[in-house]
Amino acid sequence: MEPVLNVRNLVVEYRTPRGVVRAVDGVSFTVPKGKIVGLVGESGCGKTTVARSITGVLHPSARIAAGEMIFKGRDLIKSPTEHWLDMRWREISFVPQSAMNSLDPVYRIGTQIEEVLVERGGKSRVEARKRAADLFDMVGLNPGRLDEYPHQFSGGMRQRVAIALALALNPSLVIADEPVTALDVIVQRQILDVIRELQRKLSLSMILVTHDISVVAYLTDKVVVMYAGRIVEHGPTVDVLERPRHPYMMGLNNAFPDLEGETHDLVPIDGSPPDLASPPPGCRFQPRCPFALERCGTEDISTLTDGDGAAVACHRSGEADDLRVRAREAATWMPV
Amino acid sequence: MDAGMSASPLIEARGLSKRFATPARLSDIFGVKRPDVFAVNKVNLSIEAGESVGLLGESGCGKTTTGRLLLKLIDPSEGDVLFDGAPISDLAGDALIAFRQRAQLVFQNPFDALNPRFTIERALAEPLVNTGVDSATHRDRVEKALAQVKLPPLARFEGLFPHQLSGGQLQRIVLARALVLEPAFIVADEPVSMLDVSVRAGVLNVMREVRSSLGLAALYISHDLALVRYVCSRTLVMYLGRIVEEGPTAELLKAPLHPYTRALIQAVPVPRVDQQRAPLPIMGNVSDARGRPKGCGFRERCPLALARCAEEEPQLRPIGAERRVACHIV
Repeated sequence: MEPVLNVRNLVVEYRTPRGVVRAVDGVSFTVPKGKIVGLVGESGCGKTTVARSITGVLHPSARIAAGEMIFKGRDLIKSPTEHWLDMRWREISFVPQSAMNSLDPVYRIGTQIEEVLVERGGKSRVEARKRAADLFDMVGLNPGRLDEYPHQFSGGMRQRVAIALALALNPSLVIADEPVTALDVIVQRQILDVIRELQRKLSLSMILVTHDISVVAYLTDKVVVMYAGRIVEHGPTVDVLERPRHPYMMGLNNAFPDLEGETHDLVPIDGSPPDLASPPPGCRFQPRCPFALERCGTEDISTLTDGDGAAVACHRSGEADDLRVRAREAATWMPV
Repeated sequence: MDAGMSASPLIEARGLSKRFATPARLSDIFGVKRPDVFAVNKVNLSIEAGESVGLLGESGCGKTTTGRLLLKLIDPSEGDVLFDGAPISDLAGDALIAFRQRAQLVFQNPFDALNPRFTIERALAEPLVNTGVDSATHRDRVEKALAQVKLPPLARFEGLFPHQLSGGQLQRIVLARALVLEPAFIVADEPVSMLDVSVRAGVLNVMREVRSSLGLAALYISHDLALVRYVCSRTLVMYLGRIVEEGPTAELLKAPLHPYTRALIQAVPVPRVDQQRAPLPIMGNVSDARGRPKGCGFRERCPLALARCAEEEPQLRPIGAERRVACHIV
């Protein structure tokens, strides 16, 4: 089936006082219809820049230097701005991280939802009112509270409003950037459940940007792992989390504490991600990788083809099964 | 006074409360009386020398305020904190400086906690300067603290400023700055929440090792159950300014007693795909901390609440030798 979105070799650059920084360097992935794709990585890996490129709300200092984003048969990057603007919210909508700041404090919440429905969706006032009530119901809010102001809602309720707003016009693609990061665990779980239920009911296509592997495991069908501006591994969530083929993912599995099972000693990945103003040659994880060979420091491994299956950007991917066994040993990750 | 507590803890809170006045409003001129916020409400806790205790709770539950009260960064509205058996409320002058040397705070955000215009060396020596430690010993003590947090010697940081270091290194510097005074007690408020997963483990390991090698007593304030499980032998769970459950971490997480602790544990997603998660046994949102709470603070969200829960505030009572819970039903 035709994917909803097909991103090909996306390159995004930022102008900074220290020169041009390539925050996203040749990223390719697809979003299948009716699936949730997790876009995961650490701060600065470029995941938010990818999400912002798709919604067309990049920072003024950023520009898309190359690549394609095929959405419904048209390349968004080559499309005129009016086309892109027209798509926004009607076809591609956005759930921000902090719903606290994304609602206007001086307007009633109902008014803000109706405005989207009337201005962008071409509905009449009466239809909009009814649809707003339905949307409230859908995300588990009491439609009787449509006339309240944002400050009367808790953080979790505001996040529900943000989800309702994103779904208002039945978009083909929803992009959620860390939708639960600012929330407490219990509220977090409630919002994750809302997203999960709506996704099943409406068979939403969604990109979920997050740094949290647990959220990826809970919600997504497919995961795209980014490191230092590039994709290092992608595939069905089960495969990537349970049988990672990239040493970075293998290392992460030892690095965070778990709530279940034995308490084993955590093993950090030595070092930190590279400075993107002067990235290392070859594989970008190579300076921190315990399995690096000489060629890893010289030969580039940037392009990943996106079939429906999984793919990994590692020179030693053929030995993944052996490496995974060695990666479980703490000694493997000790700095030499 | 409580089961499982030894006679002389290093630090002890007795009936500790902190109220904050709600900010003034226009309606004040009409004489409308606004209730205070009960941030911390009659908290009793004790930490022994060398013990690591987790303080678990959601935002606004009073966990950070409790940490600040224990360090005398703010003064309580009621109750007192005993350090080595002596109350800290009337410490002043030299006695207060001596207390500050022994009880230190590790900040949450390493990117904000260091003065950007101080070199790393100066940042680490500053606590020694402030407490009047002989300057001839500064360099040795800074080197020692750096070694404790597994950072290279000072020579490697010569002339470097905080912005030139990574987050993981900065958080170790912040920890070293607390250790340079050789404290007996540290409060670490969300010590790794600003760090990425791949470097977080390194900082957690350092904290664990430092605590056991130096025999430090530590209070880890966190919302992260997995972190508390990894570093703390005993855990306190806080809700709306009160401690609702307390016990050895492993037991508390395996068999939680309080309905709130159960909901917390149930809510956390785990990094496995096949997870079977039961629906959340909790309703609604955190109640307002303003006004004098009557009955159990959790009752409105509790699936098990009885009529009694609205009338009578449950007190912490012992369950077995080492656990305590504040719930009428358990």
